[in-house]
Amino acid sequence: MDPVVFDLATAAVRELNAELHQPAADRYEVRNPRGAHALVAGVADPVIIDIYGTAGYYAAGMNDGATITIHGTVSTGVAENMMSGTVRVTGNASQSAGATGHGGLLVIEGSASMRCGISMKGIDIVVGGDIGPMSAFMAQAGRLVVCGDAGHGLGDSIYEARLYVRGQVKGALGADCVEKPMREEHVEEVKELLTRAGLDHDPGEFRRYGSARALYHFQAGNSGAY
Amino acid sequence: MTQPHLRESATFDRATIADIQRAARTGVYDIRGFGAKRRLPHFDDLLFLGASISRYPLEGYRERCDTDVVLGDRFARRPLHLQIPVTIAGMSFGALSAQAKEALGRGASEVGTSTTTGDGGMTAEERGQSTTLVYQYLPSRYGMNPADLRKADAIEVVIGQGAKPGGGGMLLGQKISERVAGMRTLPPGIDQRSACRHPDWTGPDDLAIKIQELREITDWEKPVYVKVGASRPYYDTKLAVAAGADVVVVDGMQGGTAATQDVFIENVGIPTLAAVPNAVAALRDLGLHRKVNLIVSGGIRTGADVAKALALGADAVAIGTAALVALGDQDPQHEAEYAALGSAAGFYDDYQDGRDPAGITTQDPALAARLDPVAAGQRLANYLRVITMEAQAIARACGKSHVQHLEPEDLVALTIEAAAMARVPLAGTDWIPGQGQ
Repeated sequence: MDPVVFDLATAAVRELNAELHQPAADRYEVRNPRGAHALVAGVADPVIIDIYGTAGYYAAGMNDGATITIHGTVSTGVAENMMSGTVRVTGNASQSAGATGHGGLLVIEGSASMRCGISMKGIDIVVGGDIGPMSAFMAQAGRLVVCGDAGHGLGDSIYEARLYVRGQVKGALGADCVEKPMREEHVEEVKELLTRAGLDHDPGEFRRYGSARALYHFQAGNSGAY
Repeated sequence: MTQPHLRESATFDRATIADIQRAARTGVYDIRGFGAKRRLPHFDDLLFLGASISRYPLEGYRERCDTDVVLGDRFARRPLHLQIPVTIAGMSFGALSAQAKEALGRGASEVGTSTTTGDGGMTAEERGQSTTLVYQYLPSRYGMNPADLRKADAIEVVIGQGAKPGGGGMLLGQKISERVAGMRTLPPGIDQRSACRHPDWTGPDDLAIKIQELREITDWEKPVYVKVGASRPYYDTKLAVAAGADVVVVDGMQGGTAATQDVFIENVGIPTLAAVPNAVAALRDLGLHRKVNLIVSGGIRTGADVAKALALGADAVAIGTAALVALGDQDPQHEAEYAALGSAAGFYDDYQDGRDPAGITTQDPALAARLDPVAAGQRLANYLRVITMEAQAIARACGKSHVQHLEPEDLVALTIEAAAMARVPLAGTDWIPGQGQ
């Protein structure tokens, strides 16, 4: 069946999202998004959506089950608080990509800016390029795979999320974030995530970062870290 | 007994000395619950004038004085219609037991008002027992999910709270049960930080886009509140309105908390009395007073407080600490246990500690089981009815057929400070400090 096409040169974002919240079709295309915000936010059905062009803030926000591809770049908070499903960005993403996501897979084929994966709660994020500073801040759960470099302050105040970086981590790691050994299960984990993301790298080239768990209990002796 | 020749220092009084000794002993600052305990200019410093020859009162017990309020009809397709102008403020499952959350829902629903979730998400108990439930959207996003967002009757974007404007939170490990930890996606038993800033927006322009997203996800059905701790209420109200809020919630520094540094509670933010006129002025300057609704919280205890907040221009108030007391907090029947914790009924503030004898601010199953949600909910309903009737009694005396018709003209102040903050005359004069009269 041909996809239902929404051309945002003429249709409103409200019409698009209202349709997607009670989808009559199983496949949609969005043309001329022109950087509009909250595009395809709050979809809760396993539909397939392709957006051709640049999306604004919170594209695919709170996605719960849809397979969404943005053929272009996205602004702040792509796939924020995703529950399940897949969101793919063929270009670059701005700040807070995948913020607070609980589940699903976010793939950014280009690079992501600051705060990628901030407060992530179970989402998997794979970035083909680099990520900016302060990424994975207070990351609680899930996996973040970075094929390029990571900016300074990676994983500050991290909880139980697992971070994998192929390139360099610039500057100091964030508070309570440490490099950890890559055991066999971690190599397998990276391999599986790269495969799902459709990216081709040697999983053995990645290094793993996670929590030292030294700040899990408030102690005055740690005042220098707070 | 203090000897008459012993003179206590006003600067280093016994409480201050005890604080220094505690800090020296423990090496950690004091984290506690409850709200500000210092004396502050408050609604106690205002009086109603009542009717006289020039004003015509309404007959008590006979003539109608309505109390209902509609919240959120600026943009939302489904605004709330509450029967009383007193709502229950956001308090988390985690900070409170599931029984306490259920009791809040039962009591509020019985009298036709709303309850509010807190950090940690929505529980089935509170959704089930709350006819009208406001879902908080907090920086931590613990437990946030679109399904619960759609189950809510309104959404409250929390920027801050009166007990700690600019501060995040910390739920200490002793309150992190398996269930609380699961809802927050964190290991049990660790101290859980709640961020002070939202993770995916910064500044008022971003906030407007965030509110747009929340409206899109919920198909523009639900009222969107923006809650701020009272610090710069004039500008925060203006910015919240510009960002698209249906309702602005301003929480003064007397607002309660489950766990905050004492130094923060007592020294950051401004009193509720000082905040309300600023928020109202912002709405008036925008031409949106009574169109964008204002909810005021922080130290509301009586029907007089409710009436005074409404007279200053609020559409409704929210209560937290008072609601917990109505449920059973500070009950003298637990006196021996309070004493064993180094406290006393009427003074207990270790909400962070998880050992609440009343079973309210705890996750200990045995303690929590002490609170009967049905009986506690009934006590809350009784209390809400009492303060509503008190507000009605005052409104009738001022000749108002709806509590929302109360106005600043009905008020005078007992102190120069209160007159300046509330922008009403000092009693017996026509002097409003700072108004050039």
